Amino acid sequence: MSDKTVNRRAFMTAAGLAGAAVATGARAQTPDPLITEVQPWNKQLGDGVQANPYGSPSKFEKHVVRRDVEWLTVSRESSVNFTPLHELDGIITPSGLCFERHHGGVAEIEPGKHRLMIHGLVDKPLVYTMDDLKRFPGRINRAYFLECAANSGMEWKGAQLNGCQFTHGMVHNVWYAGLPLKALLDQAGVKTNGKWLLAEGADSAGMTRSIPIDKAMKDCMVAWNMNGEALRPEQGYPLRLVVPGWEGNMWVKWLRRLEIGDQPWHHREETSKYTDLLADGRSRRFTWIMDAKSVVTNPSPQAPLRAKGPNVLTGLAWSGRGAIKRVDVSLDGGRNWTTARIEGPVLPLSLTRFYLDFDWDGRELLVQSRAMDDTGYVQPTKSELRAVRGVNSIYHNNGIQTWLVRGDGETENVEIS
Amino acid sequence: MSRFRELVIAAALLACGPAFAQSAPPVALGRPALPQEIAAWDIDIRPDGVGLPPGKGSVKDGEQIYLERCAACHGEFGEGAGRYPVLVGGQGTLTKDAPDKTIGSFWPYASTVFDYVRRAMPFGDAQSLTADETYALTAYLLAMNEVVKDDFVLSKENFASVKLGNVGAFYDDDRETTEKAFWREPCMKDCAREPAKILNRARALDVTPDSKTGPKVE
Ligand code: HEC
Repeated sequence: MSDKTVNRRAFMTAAGLAGAAVATGARAQTPDPLITEVQPWNKQLGDGVQANPYGSPSKFEKHVVRRDVEWLTVSRESSVNFTPLHELDGIITPSGLCFERHHGGVAEIEPGKHRLMIHGLVDKPLVYTMDDLKRFPGRINRAYFLECAANSGMEWKGAQLNGCQFTHGMVHNVWYAGLPLKALLDQAGVKTNGKWLLAEGADSAGMTRSIPIDKAMKDCMVAWNMNGEALRPEQGYPLRLVVPGWEGNMWVKWLRRLEIGDQPWHHREETSKYTDLLADGRSRRFTWIMDAKSVVTNPSPQAPLRAKGPNVLTGLAWSGRGAIKRVDVSLDGGRNWTTARIEGPVLPLSLTRFYLDFDWDGRELLVQSRAMDDTGYVQPTKSELRAVRGVNSIYHNNGIQTWLVRGDGETENVEIS
Repeated sequence: MSRFRELVIAAALLACGPAFAQSAPPVALGRPALPQEIAAWDIDIRPDGVGLPPGKGSVKDGEQIYLERCAACHGEFGEGAGRYPVLVGGQGTLTKDAPDKTIGSFWPYASTVFDYVRRAMPFGDAQSLTADETYALTAYLLAMNEVVKDDFVLSKENFASVKLGNVGAFYDDDRETTEKAFWREPCMKDCAREPAKILNRARALDVTPDSKTGPKVE
C-alpha cells in the first residue's frame, strides 16, 4: 500500500461535518428476532446473590485483560504487563487492570506481619503496624495517575508495537486512601539536615528510591486502599508509597522502610536504571516528573473503526506538573487541530478523559492528540523530543502518538513526517 | 483571614515556644524502633561508603562465588546468559546505536553494586550473601570491568578509593531549561506546508503479541 497522505480538505470532511451530516442508520428489512422472540434471559431465572461474592466482569468481557510482551523481559518475576486502555472509559482504572511491574515477583504479605519503620535523621525512630496506620488521624483520599518512566520506551527508534495497550499501557489512575507521608514524618521529627528520604520495599527486589524531603512533605502518601478496596497484591499490598506526578518506579510497593538522610543514595534504580542517556553520552538523573502526555485510545490498533458515519474518538491526557488544561486532536497528522471535549473531573496529577465526536466518511486518517497542562507545557512531537535527547534514553517518551486509520477502519501505529 | 488575625496567631504560636509551630501534636500510635531492628533492616550503602558493613573480600574469592551463584544467569564472563542482564563491558558504546550500559561502562558508583547485590541478588535468593561474600563479588565484578586489578582485596576501609569512569557524565534534570521550548502556544491551523508522510510503521516489524485478537467469547 502506498503511503497516502491526509490533507487539510480530508480533515474538514472527516471531522468538520460532525453533527451536520445526518447519517442514515441501517434500515431493518426484517424484524429483529432479538426483539420479536423471547430470549432465555427474559424467561429463566438468573444467578442469585452470592453466586459470585467478589464480583467479576461479565464473561463476555474476557478479552479485557492486562497483557505482556514476552520478548521484552527475561523472566515474568522481573517483568511488566500493560493496561488495556482501549477497553476503558472515564478516568479510573479498575484495580485488576492496572498494569504490573515487578522486579522480584509479587510479595505475599499478611498485613498482621507488615511493619513500617521510619529512622535515620529523625528525633524518634518509629515502627508502625498496619493497625496503627489505620487508626492514625488525618486520613485522606485522592486520585493520581501512575506512569512508568519507560512507558512508550519501546517507541524511541520508531513505531514498534501495534496497540495503545503496548505503547501507552504502563499508566493507571487510581483513587487512593491512606495518610499524608508528612503526618508520619512529623511524628518521627525530621532533623533540619534531613534532606532526602529512602523508601524501601519488602519484596525480594528490596526496591529502593531516594526522594527529596520537600516532595515527601508536599504531597506523598502512604496508601493501603485503591479504588475503595485494599491494595491488590501486585500493587503493593498491604502498603505502598504514592508519589504524585513522578515516575512509577518511585511509588515503592510493599513499603516497609523510610530512612531520612542528608544525601541521595544513588541506588540501582536511580543510576543503572531510570537515568536518561542522551545522544552525547551524558545522562540526566533525577528526572522524576512525568511530562504532559496524551494518547487516543479509540480508535487505535486494537480498537479499529468499525463503521462510517458517527464515531466517538476518545483518549486520555495527563501531566506530572499539574492539571490538564486542553487537549487538541488532529486527523491529518498534525497539520490542523481541533480542541477536544474534556469530560469528567479534571484533577491535578490525574488522568483526564477527552472526546471528539466525528463523522467518518471512510477516508484515511492520521490521528494524533496533544495535551497541554496548566503550566503551559505542550506535549511535543517525537521528532522534537529526539532532537533534544537522541533515541537512547529509554525513559520519558511523551511524544505525540500517530495512528493511521485506513479506509477499511483498520488502525496502525505509524510515524510521520 | 485578615492580616491582623494572622499576626495574633503567629504571636500566640511564638509565645508557646518556637518548637510548637514546628512539631505536630504527638499521636499515641506506633512505638520506638529498637537499635537491633534498625540494624536488621538498614542495609543501604551510599557512594561515600556510609552503610558499609565491616568485612573484606578478594577478586579471587569473588570469582568462585560468582561461578557458583551468579554465572548461570549472568554468564561466566558477565556477558549475560540469554536475556539476563549483561554485567561487563560496553565501554565506548554510550553514544552508539545500541549502548551497552554496564557497571563498567555506565554505573557512576561502586557502592551501588554492593548495595544492589546485597539486597536483591542472587535473583530469587536475596539477602543470602554474607558481608565478606558481597565484598568479594563486588571486587570480582569491578575486576571483570577492569576497574581494579585481579589481586585486589576490597574492604570497608578502601571502598571509597574505588572510582568508576562514568561518574562525571551524570547531571541533574534540566528539562525546564533545555526543553523550555515545549512551554508554548501550539499551532492550530496549517501547521506544516507539506502533507504528512508515513515514515515507518509498527506493522513492518511485526513484534506485537497476537494483536489481532478482537473480542471473542468462549
Ligand atoms: C536466577 C537468575 C539470576 C541469578 C542467579 C543472579 N542474577 Fe543478577 N539479575 C537477574 C535479573 C533477572 C536481574 C534484573 C532484575 C530486575 O529486573 O530488577 C539481575 C540484575 C543484576 C544486576 C544489575 C544489572 C544492571 O545492569 O542493573 C547485578 C549487578 C546482578 N544482577 C548481579 C548478580 C550477582 C552478583 C549474582 C550472584 C550473587 C546474581 N546477580 C545472580 C538474574 C539473576
